[in-house]
Amino acid sequence: MSTFYIPVALLILSSLAYWQGREKAFALTAQARQGNGRRLHSRPVYYGLMTAFWCGAPGMLLYLFWLAASDRILTGLVLHILPENMQNLPEDRLNLILNDLHNLIAGHAAPGDIDPAMQAAVDFYHHLESLSSVALALVILAGSIAAFALVYRRIQPALRARNHVERLVYYMLISCSTLAIFCTVGIVLSVLFESIRFFQHVSVPDFLFGLKWSPQMALRADQAGSSGSFGAVPVMAGTFMITAIAMFVAVPVGLLSAVYLSEYAGKTFRALVKPLLEILAGIPTVVYGFFAALVVAPFIRQTGTFIGLDVSSESALAAGLVMGIMIIPFVSSLSDDVINAVPQALRDGSYGLGATKNETIMQVVLPAALPGIVGGVLLAVSRAIGETMIVVMAAGLSARLTANPLEAVTTVTVQIVTLLVGDQEFDSPKTMAAFALGLLLFIITLILNVIALHIVRKYREEYE
Amino acid sequence: MYIRTQMGHQDKKTTTKASATERVQLGLAKRRRKEERFRKLSFAAVLLSIGFLVLLFASIISNGWPAFQRTDILLDVHFDQKVLDVNSLVNANYGKLVKQAMRDVFPEVTSRRDKRELYRLVSSGASYELQKMVTADPTLIGKTVSLWLPADDLTDMLMKGKIDRSLPEAERPISNKQIQWIDQLIAQKRLKKNFNTTFFQAGDSREPELSGIKGALTGSLFTLLVTLVLSFPVAVAAAIYLEEFAPKNKWTDLVEVNINNLAAVPSIVFGLLGLAVFLNFFGMPRSSPLVGGMVLSLMTLPTIIIASRASLKAVPPSIREAALGVGASKMQTVFHHVIPLAMPGMMTGTIIGLSQALGETAPLLMIGMVAFIVDVPGSVTDPATVLPVQIFLWADSPERAFVERTSAAILVLLMFLISMNGVAIYLRRKFERRW
Repeated sequence: MSTFYIPVALLILSSLAYWQGREKAFALTAQARQGNGRRLHSRPVYYGLMTAFWCGAPGMLLYLFWLAASDRILTGLVLHILPENMQNLPEDRLNLILNDLHNLIAGHAAPGDIDPAMQAAVDFYHHLESLSSVALALVILAGSIAAFALVYRRIQPALRARNHVERLVYYMLISCSTLAIFCTVGIVLSVLFESIRFFQHVSVPDFLFGLKWSPQMALRADQAGSSGSFGAVPVMAGTFMITAIAMFVAVPVGLLSAVYLSEYAGKTFRALVKPLLEILAGIPTVVYGFFAALVVAPFIRQTGTFIGLDVSSESALAAGLVMGIMIIPFVSSLSDDVINAVPQALRDGSYGLGATKNETIMQVVLPAALPGIVGGVLLAVSRAIGETMIVVMAAGLSARLTANPLEAVTTVTVQIVTLLVGDQEFDSPKTMAAFALGLLLFIITLILNVIALHIVRKYREEYE
Repeated sequence: MYIRTQMGHQDKKTTTKASATERVQLGLAKRRRKEERFRKLSFAAVLLSIGFLVLLFASIISNGWPAFQRTDILLDVHFDQKVLDVNSLVNANYGKLVKQAMRDVFPEVTSRRDKRELYRLVSSGASYELQKMVTADPTLIGKTVSLWLPADDLTDMLMKGKIDRSLPEAERPISNKQIQWIDQLIAQKRLKKNFNTTFFQAGDSREPELSGIKGALTGSLFTLLVTLVLSFPVAVAAAIYLEEFAPKNKWTDLVEVNINNLAAVPSIVFGLLGLAVFLNFFGMPRSSPLVGGMVLSLMTLPTIIIASRASLKAVPPSIREAALGVGASKMQTVFHHVIPLAMPGMMTGTIIGLSQALGETAPLLMIGMVAFIVDVPGSVTDPATVLPVQIFLWADSPERAFVERTSAAILVLLMFLISMNGVAIYLRRKFERRW
């Protein structure tokens, strides 16, 4: 049974409450005008808002809570009516049964013989569901009306409605701003929790310093290669190689473009080229990935065969090159900002001494801007390490420890995607390994970001 | 003693001065050459980056353009009463009608193997089209109608010149006989390239000629809607608090550092968060635009917050002072005067954040939006895919015809992104105010 009408009803009730509250405030104002009673403390709108808030918000919160939790609570209740022998099954078997149960409840189970006990459980679930949704609707609507009545009665000239509403808004603003913290905490906890479970299977040194990565686990213990090995070194090496190639392309090109645009280019040229670079920055990474796989990788392979080199069709070079192209606008716009922040007086001083533009740039402007540029490059490195789609589409899957950029290598993000896409069971080391890699990725990029942001901020203060 | 030293000093100075001018003069040409070299080098860097942009667009447009056309075959379909059982029009064997129509065009083809090859020139979707026509209009039964039906993707590729006829037969996906038949069809004017409406009206399909982006576009739309509804109010509220109300203390610093860091966290990590928290912990529906939108809104929050703060900061303090001076409360000042003035900037930031979200792929792979979904989603909890993920899926498909569809889908995506950014720039230009 759908409970969609509850928020709609709440919205309507709440608007009615707003209108009623305001009406009462108007009436009180009119009384005050005629000389019976005090003038109102706040403008009528605030009385309306206050009534509407207390009428609508608590009910809405309860509703959202129920949406998030109802399935768990109901499943817990249904478990109790399952036969004894089913309840006492080990946890993984029980989870299987629960899965079946959910499929049955959602109505997409294979038609065929359904266990009568299961059917009973499903019927019970549906029964509870309809019961609970009716109860929920009653509780919420009754609560809202009661809240409305309470607040409505409290509307008196002395009630400080504006302060009340403003305090509510203030708390709402605070809670929105702390959401960012919750998000970070959520990321850390979710990644950490699975990683800890992973590290119960594989020791931390094995993971960090192991030289072999083959996460495929055999199904039976006696199968060949039965235990997957989870050494992250080859994966990290691949990541750093592709990142290095990308930086090798992006830093010189991006930096020189920024120098040209900020020091040499005329106004019109700059106005023309900057948006073009912004387009390059706005292209989705999946498009770059397609470009890498369709154009760049075959081109590199053909060139390689032409000069007699054996190039893999998923070479690190192709992925790194395209990633470099993606990062050019990032480097150039950050360096552009930094170069523009260098005070003109420094340049004028250099020109006054007779230096050419080139000398001024190389010996005055760039050294002065260096910390900011380094910060920008670090941010770019962190972005390259975390970039996913280009490498998923253009780099390989097999983890190989090699220094040859013409061979296929794999990266952290590629491994996360391949381990987690598709149907997975969530207690095998294979999927948990993805979370461990995610933790590694998060820590590395976090450190880079913190250093980079610190450098950029400090540098900015220097010239302000 | 003193004079002597001074004299000596002066002496030294004049000699160095003379030689210095000389040396400067000597080195001048070299320095100017170096200057010129450097200027050219940095100009080349700019050209190189623009060249990459041009190359990227050129390769995608040249690959994707043909996908907006599709080859159709003109067939005289006889809606045979014997084949179409009136009792179950939906389940009738419409493939038989198509095959019969093909045999009518080529009566000389008799052997079983050849017939099978012949049937392969028509798309398997042709029978669905007949099914749709007959169920909509049962009076067709018994009549013979000339119809344009979709051709197979290999026929299509050959028509567009994407299959090299000069290759030996074994290396071609299409046989000599088939080419001969296609040439006959062309000669009879039975093959024509039409505007590919299927591409905009169908969901995903295993057959390139039947696949379209409507499902992915709808999924993207739902996902963006969820993102907008969740991220805009929260981000604006956070920005207002941080810019207008927050006291300067450790907590505020922490929040700020957090937001800046979140902006730089790799997108795939957000996908891991969505997988672990939204799917596994809260048990939300997999592959749904709801979860996708929630993950993307966490990602766009920092972008919108940073842009909104900048636009709030740009409102001059005199506005606030004037409002406070006539007796407005702090909250009234902010909501009645500052926010309306900062709104264009906030909207620009929101549009830019949404356009990032529209192009995002990696986190959505984590939460299962990568499944093969044929149906067009009808609500935010239906399984769906989004345009970038569709591009990723098609890019992985081996069929040659999917390459051009991938590029065409990219063109559609880029068009949306460019128009969104265009709106953002327009808003900024229109409402930008210099105080």
